[in-house]
Amino acid sequence: MDLNYTAEETAFRQEVRDFLAEHLPERLSEKVRLGKRLSKADHEEWHAVLNARGWLAGNWPAEFGGTGWNAVQRHIFEEETTLANAPRIVPFGLTMLGPVLQKFGSKEQQDRFLPKILNGEHWWCQGYSEPGAGSDLASLKTHAVRDGDDYIVNGQKTWTTLGQHANWIFCLVRTDAEAKPQEGISFLLIDMNSPGVEVRPIVLLEGTPEVNEVFFDDVRVPAANLVGTENEGWTYAKYLLTHERTNIAGVGFSNAGLANLKRIARQEQSGGRPLIDNPHFAARMAQIEIDLMAMATTNLRVIAKAAAGQAPGAESSMLKIKGTAIRQEINDLTRRAVGPYAMPFVSEALDEGYNEEPVGPDYATPAAPQYFNNRKLSIFGGSNEVQRTIISKAILEL
Amino acid sequence: MVDFALTEERQMLQDTLRRYLADRYSTETLHGILQEDEGYCRTVWSELAELGVIGALFGEAEGGFGGAGFDLAVVFEEFGRAGVVEPFLDTAVLAGGLIADLGSDGQKAIVDDVIAGSVQLAFAHGEPDSRYELSRVSAKAEMRGDAFVLNGRKAVVGNGGNAQTLVVSARSGGDVADEAGISLFLVPADAPGLSRRAYPVMGGGTAAEIVLRDVEVPSNAALGAIGEAFPAIERRAAYAIAALCAEALGAMESAKDLTVDYLRTRKQFGRPLGKFQALQHRMADMLVEIEQARSAVINAAGHLDRDRATRERQVSAAKNLIGRVGRLVAEETIQMHGGIGMTQEYGLAHLAKRMVMVDHRFGDTDHHLERFIALARV
Repeated sequence: MDLNYTAEETAFRQEVRDFLAEHLPERLSEKVRLGKRLSKADHEEWHAVLNARGWLAGNWPAEFGGTGWNAVQRHIFEEETTLANAPRIVPFGLTMLGPVLQKFGSKEQQDRFLPKILNGEHWWCQGYSEPGAGSDLASLKTHAVRDGDDYIVNGQKTWTTLGQHANWIFCLVRTDAEAKPQEGISFLLIDMNSPGVEVRPIVLLEGTPEVNEVFFDDVRVPAANLVGTENEGWTYAKYLLTHERTNIAGVGFSNAGLANLKRIARQEQSGGRPLIDNPHFAARMAQIEIDLMAMATTNLRVIAKAAAGQAPGAESSMLKIKGTAIRQEINDLTRRAVGPYAMPFVSEALDEGYNEEPVGPDYATPAAPQYFNNRKLSIFGGSNEVQRTIISKAILEL
Repeated sequence: MVDFALTEERQMLQDTLRRYLADRYSTETLHGILQEDEGYCRTVWSELAELGVIGALFGEAEGGFGGAGFDLAVVFEEFGRAGVVEPFLDTAVLAGGLIADLGSDGQKAIVDDVIAGSVQLAFAHGEPDSRYELSRVSAKAEMRGDAFVLNGRKAVVGNGGNAQTLVVSARSGGDVADEAGISLFLVPADAPGLSRRAYPVMGGGTAAEIVLRDVEVPSNAALGAIGEAFPAIERRAAYAIAALCAEALGAMESAKDLTVDYLRTRKQFGRPLGKFQALQHRMADMLVEIEQARSAVINAAGHLDRDRATRERQVSAAKNLIGRVGRLVAEETIQMHGGIGMTQEYGLAHLAKRMVMVDHRFGDTDHHLERFIALARV
């Protein structure tokens, strides 16, 4: 048992820190710090900065243009970038599709798609959930029928995050209606500029157009865009989910959120004193910090296991449940910390180019919107109820 | 034996209001209202005034036919149920209520206009640093000749942008957090030196930041005795809290109903979600908490006319409990809906926002927990 990082790991942390100090544009870190909405161009700018350094694909092997980092290095990178208020890396191409193509894609698909994920030419989105297939993903109905060298796709996907920016979508589609739900699914790559694809935004409860519905009406997709074997898509989907759930604990987000909360609590006044000196509020913050300290170690335990070559299984479900609960708790306390100034809701104030003075302190603007927006954390990526079922089946064997 | 049944009049009021809102205040209507700069619908306002809903918030001496805690509770629970965003709390319960409580006969003429639905008011009391402390008032009122001169800043003033007349608190004596020395003034919104910046608030409606720079009002603009407004402010805040708690309760009931319907109809893994025991138990827990919330509203509403110590203890207890249950119901109903609960389009999100944001007016859960403890020590 050794709770210290090695000399190499510490040196790596310093290297990341130095890089961020020099190359993370302040315009972007300010937007993240103040909870503003990031535009497509913001994401692309940050991706390009990382790509120039060769650090965009933290979980790809070097042979595909990735960093070849191990789980501990990835963790350090994640910690440092979130603490520095760097934009998060948009995960759809990099952490989700990339690993699937590397493991199950053809050489031709790897050569065609992976470089364009890195250089930003392709912005991917995820076509998994459907109106009737949420937690029960295997009940999906979007179907693809073979027609010569093409598939013809019909159906609807939903909750497609940032689909409005995407030009490609990876989709789970049903290719065998007769088989058991999990057995008739294929993994298809679809150019969103194809005729018959339509994207409609869904506005979330705090006004952010973040997710979309994607409709497919007789969309022709070359059969060359099928990943792996027909009707084996569920296997690939599950593999992708294990990657989707890396960093699911969001320890970095929680650390940054807690630091922000403390800053706010030092500036807010309660009864003529700083809020941070209010024993009741201090106790609430301490409670979260205590949970987060343990969470950080739980997360490291899973990472160490992964670094030793064991694939994370149901552990990632634990990380998701506890990690999202802590993040949501921090959001809740931040909302309370700003007091009555949680109420003003000038949605445009979260967008770039809004030059008016904020209503109340600038840190108050995103407090309530983030509290509401982050209710999604316990819903997406497999709801926390689904995670509990996984734990009770896979670990407890109930 | 105690009797929890509504009186015949209140039952009629509830029925009338519920029917009107079910008929006229659909989710689509609401979405239209939320797009309006004023943040409320004038037609709804006048129609509710005609139905006597504003009159129900005032006592007979002021020309109304209600005004008691249970009248407020009935009205605001229905507002909460339908997600009503119109500023009845600000115009009628707070500013209108203070004028009714403290006003001279001349000043009370405004109450007739309030009941008729022809005027918008606001209570400009909170300040950038006052948080939820009712006695923390930095704005100053100075006597200059026959007039008062007001200076200061007022923060997050509900309906402040729409109000034609504001009830403004300012200090004419005492230290910044003293209960003694606070005065109230009736200030026309277009008074020279008064500037305001209105904005939408989370969950619907509007508020404003108000700056008073050498705003001069005549001596007859003072509402009640100079320097002695605090007891009236605290008492009106108690009425407002009871109303807010009732509103949150109504929103909880609607959110619960929507969720029960959803769990009955939404199928995953081949059966309705409502057949999963994990969700059944959570719904059952929520039901128990909402019943607790209803009792807390009854406690608050039923003690508003009692002595200060009794009233404030009940009110702080209710606001603390409602804050906790409101958060629980908002979060749990969204969670059990999944993605659809997160969308602006579906009715649940609005209800969830209303019940959570109630926590940010007149003291949140923590504020009232501390206050409840402090009140017990007095």
